[in-house]
Amino acid sequence: MDFLRPASWEEALAAKAEHPAAVPIAGGTDVMVEINFDHRRPEYLMDLNRIRDLEEWEVGADSVRLGASVPYSRIMEHLRAELPGLALAAHTVASPQIRNRGGVGGNLGTASPAGDAHPALLAAGAEVEAESVRGSRRIPIDAFYTGVKRNALAPDELIRAVHIRKADGPQQFSKVGTRNAMVIAVCAFGLALHPETRTVRTGIGSAAPTPVRARAAEEFLDAALEEGGFWDSGKVITPSLAKRFADLCAAACNPIDDVRGTAGYRRHAVGVMARRTLTWTWESYRGARRTTEGAA
Amino acid sequence: MPTNGVPTRLTQGSGTRGGIGESTLRPDGTLKVTGEFAYSSDMWHEDMLWGHILRSTFAHAEILSIDTGEALATPGVYAVLTYDDLPTDVRHYGLEIRDTPVLAHGKVRHHGEPVAIVAADHPETARRAAAKIKVDYRELPVVTDEATATAPGAVLVHENRDDGHAGHVPHPNIVHRQPIVRGDVGEARRRADVIVEGEYTFGMQDQAFLGPESGLAVPEEDGGVHLYIATQWLHSDLRQIAPVLGLPEDRVRMTLAGVGGAFGGREDLSMQIHACLLALRTGKPVKIVYNRFESFFGHVHRHPARLRYEHGATADGRLTHVRCRIVLDGGAYASASPAVVGNAASLGIGPYVVDDVDIEAVALYTNNPPCGAMRGFGAVQACFAYEAQMDRLAARLGMDPVEFRQLNAMEQGTLLPTGQRVDSPAPVAELLRRVKAMPMPPERQWESSEGADVRQLPGGLSNTTHGEGVVRGVGYAVGIKNVGFSEGFDDYSTARVRMEVVGGEPVATVHTAMAEVGQGGITVHAQIARTELGVARVTIHPADTRVGSAGSTSASRQTYVTGGAVRNACELVRERVLELGRRRFGSYHPAWATAELLLEDGKVVTDGGEVLAGLADVLGEEAVEVEEEWRHRPTEPFDPRTGQGNGHVQYSFAAHRAVVEVDTELGLVKVVELACAQDVGKALNPLSVIGQIQGGTTQGLGMAVMEEILVDSGTAKVRNPSFTDYLIPTILDTPTIPVDLLELADDHAPYGLRGVGEAPTLSSTPAVLAAIRDATGLALDRTPVRPEHLTGTG
Amino acid sequence: MRIDFTVNGRRQEADDVWEGESLLYVLRERLGLPGSKNACEQGECGSCTVRLDGVPVCACLVAAGQVQGRDVVTVEGLADFARQRSRGTGARGTSLDEAQEWQAHGSDSRTGEGGGLSPVQQAFIDAGAVQCGFCTPGLLVAADEMLERNPDPDDADIREALSGNLCRCTGYEKIMDAVRLAAARRSEGV
Repeated sequence: MDFLRPASWEEALAAKAEHPAAVPIAGGTDVMVEINFDHRRPEYLMDLNRIRDLEEWEVGADSVRLGASVPYSRIMEHLRAELPGLALAAHTVASPQIRNRGGVGGNLGTASPAGDAHPALLAAGAEVEAESVRGSRRIPIDAFYTGVKRNALAPDELIRAVHIRKADGPQQFSKVGTRNAMVIAVCAFGLALHPETRTVRTGIGSAAPTPVRARAAEEFLDAALEEGGFWDSGKVITPSLAKRFADLCAAACNPIDDVRGTAGYRRHAVGVMARRTLTWTWESYRGARRTTEGAA
Repeated sequence: MPTNGVPTRLTQGSGTRGGIGESTLRPDGTLKVTGEFAYSSDMWHEDMLWGHILRSTFAHAEILSIDTGEALATPGVYAVLTYDDLPTDVRHYGLEIRDTPVLAHGKVRHHGEPVAIVAADHPETARRAAAKIKVDYRELPVVTDEATATAPGAVLVHENRDDGHAGHVPHPNIVHRQPIVRGDVGEARRRADVIVEGEYTFGMQDQAFLGPESGLAVPEEDGGVHLYIATQWLHSDLRQIAPVLGLPEDRVRMTLAGVGGAFGGREDLSMQIHACLLALRTGKPVKIVYNRFESFFGHVHRHPARLRYEHGATADGRLTHVRCRIVLDGGAYASASPAVVGNAASLGIGPYVVDDVDIEAVALYTNNPPCGAMRGFGAVQACFAYEAQMDRLAARLGMDPVEFRQLNAMEQGTLLPTGQRVDSPAPVAELLRRVKAMPMPPERQWESSEGADVRQLPGGLSNTTHGEGVVRGVGYAVGIKNVGFSEGFDDYSTARVRMEVVGGEPVATVHTAMAEVGQGGITVHAQIARTELGVARVTIHPADTRVGSAGSTSASRQTYVTGGAVRNACELVRERVLELGRRRFGSYHPAWATAELLLEDGKVVTDGGEVLAGLADVLGEEAVEVEEEWRHRPTEPFDPRTGQGNGHVQYSFAAHRAVVEVDTELGLVKVVELACAQDVGKALNPLSVIGQIQGGTTQGLGMAVMEEILVDSGTAKVRNPSFTDYLIPTILDTPTIPVDLLELADDHAPYGLRGVGEAPTLSSTPAVLAAIRDATGLALDRTPVRPEHLTGTG
Repeated sequence: MRIDFTVNGRRQEADDVWEGESLLYVLRERLGLPGSKNACEQGECGSCTVRLDGVPVCACLVAAGQVQGRDVVTVEGLADFARQRSRGTGARGTSLDEAQEWQAHGSDSRTGEGGGLSPVQQAFIDAGAVQCGFCTPGLLVAADEMLERNPDPDDADIREALSGNLCRCTGYEKIMDAVRLAAARRSEGV
């Protein structure tokens, strides 16, 4: 095993081009577990910790450019307003120690369906900034996850940043685990209301081979909210509408039975989380409308 | 409430500071908070090698061949050993039955069984070399439960058994069977107005101590070996290790290294023999440290169990009879299974008065992971089931579950199903009364001005509910655990106590082989020495095999038995010190001959408080030293057919009240409070006693809602050997645990004390389950309860 | 490979480090600082918590090569670190010689006498928060850092901050007591 220590992003790209099998390590929260338990012996480990701009973020007009290694604890602390769904998801990641080290780049690189960031990214809308010596490209999050622990990166590419749409409405994130802290998701659900486009986006974790959106549920809800004039009136979402949305979210799952839970439970829990997060976000949207109207 | 205990009068020295009854601080506390305390995995030696164990990838397979050539040729590798390299004909070990091969011989019987061992100059070298060992397996069918283990033509896990239980078991795949029959269940059943039947499942729990199995074996010039090891019982290890090495016991020296928790998981050997073999073969010190994955294979677990119960009661709420059958899965090797069976059977109906009982407990041999000792030891599984039955009976009778229990509660004088009379306080009803009387935690504590605090809700940080679906439930349970080794075992401890003047001050040194595993035994030893010898300074000598056996740190026995041995040795030292005083100073004061003399605050005083001499003057240049064995009252084996016999020494009782909040839609549980009342006889160190109760309670909580080793029923392979998927409670899962200590002396025990460590682990689990049942209305006949069980999505 | 970094205020150097080694292994087996504990080696127990450039992390998940040139504080340096903090100066540390005195010999000095502990260390002893003690070093580093950020935590704050540190012995109640005690003593200026 060789340990590569690129001092700059350019050096990292060059190293990755030369050694496509090199495994990038930043927070180490996935890679080191595999090494400690003899599950992986990469030929090259490539430390990204020296590239400090991977730990920086910029808030733009429409989106946040989040460096791949920005630790979850900083997302929780500094980006709660811009990325509320991701900030909530970040708060559910493992433990404080892990949140101090791990970042979204690691979640994306590993592309485990259980990664906590994925549902929030899917719901918010995001693009992955991938780069190699050949150039840079942006991969839409919906096209990023290609299989169980597989992603759309080419062998010579590294994740530099994620461009996440700034919240234009309430967002929520829920995750079921069988412990009240430090737990891997049995399943997870992210929801974002986008009042500007009058759309709703979802993200489901740990309930299919890859993180997925519940597109049929989104389409159903988009249409129902539009037809019912909900966005304008801000009226309460009816239980039957919420239930239909929840059922469609559950139906979007393609889960398995494993040591963390049964497929049946995962489907059920995604439905419950979908209904609850819809209620929370919609109540928040109504509250914000009332405040705006009251102020006007 | 009738309680017959009276505090035992102290014979000596209650005036010395830091004595028994005070919450003195741990003598190893400073070392532990500075990181200087040397745990077994911290051991280091110049020029040491690292040992690594190759384990079987199958649960049951014939070993056709093992090729170690490539591994041996790896640079940095010093030795590779298999069964064929073992130095003597003694190639098996075991706590009671020597059925466990040091290294697999001909076949493997469970997933993760040690097959070969490697010593190399770096752990990675050892791992890589082990991966190069070629083992050719032929898979065999597995037996995984009672049905497959006792089916006609079932594969025998052990052929040609010749152990002490082989003669009376109904099938060779049954390790041990203990029936207990008393009265006439058939007749009693006819008196029952209500009969409740239930079948319960108890999952496989792991001790999950944090300090991994580890140790350092250092070869010695005389051809022997010195092993620094984390264990629960040095002398039991020694008895098993020495014959395999072909060494007399005095050439296998053992010193207790720092122990990072035990809870039963260090009663059996793990890497001890392997490290010694490699050290002797290579002539170099060898360190072995399991990682967490390996640790899950490297120690026994708590027996999973199937339990079938029938309880009857009269309409006015008196128990008529209990019939039960407890099937414990012992896995591939016997470990402590026979004794676990004895406990499960003899304590199988709980702390209740029932004259007519028909109990049967068995432990199976299967190809599942070996199971043995864990805190609560057989009494835990039974308590989960009988307490569920008590709630169901109370519900059928329309009675309050606590009152129903109190009505049937045993007390001093009650006959156990074994025919043994309980001859010390048994305040079962009083404990229930106390735990019920504790103030209830406020409702909806999670509500705050800024909305719901998810940290206090089911799901915690995962943000699954802001109060939706959350229902509170309350449940009670009580249990009985035996203290000390039972069934005729010669359960003794040895203590060596020395008193001398150091730097002008009298100092006592206490030397025992007791394994301090975190419980605070060494704190208590120092307290006893201060109380008995009236000295301020006590040195605790490191535990090793240069002193006689202290027995096991298990069965809640150490404060009782080794504490008793220390007190006994102190008393003998005191007599000799007083004798010395009489010789030296007797002629100066008549009180030396006539008065009752005490040692207090470094002086010899009369019981009237008159100071006769300073201890330093009495001792002068002399050191007084005593080493003595001490035993509790003898016990008897249970009759193999009827289970009758005075098998136990002492009992420990605890009651819990659990308050839970359940997210009934998602099936997630937040335990809000877990209150405990326990009779401890006499709290020698109240801070430590409460710490034991809170720790034991939390392990019971884990068993109720999250902890389970999952074994694939088709392959008998362990599915979750990691802390990612074997979950133990975090600080966010653990509630406040208020403790009410009752101190009713057991006049047979030193200072009236009662073993405390295990009882809280019994009743905690069923109390939580009862509370979840109360919240959900579900029957819930298994533990741990998982979200799918609460949502009907299993 | 060779790595140079600062541990408890002192420059340290390790040679012939295997590239797959963790910071935890280097501390424990190469630098004679076994205070950080090896309970799970997968970031699920917090027993190896150290501060890396001031931030609490699991040392088992930091590759040795990643600490090149960086600053680490372990439980062995916690008392000094707290002292320096209260004086407002930089940290010093234990010497390599002191730290490497670790040999396979049982200790006779189990008398509980010792000075120079940090407030949180003393509170853990006083409150009975130590049983087997294997989780203690990690908890101390985590608790000390939490109190540095939040000198007046409520119970939920304490629980959240320590939710990455497993303890199997105490049931956490005495650990809660210890952190409350450390916070209270600090606010009283004790």
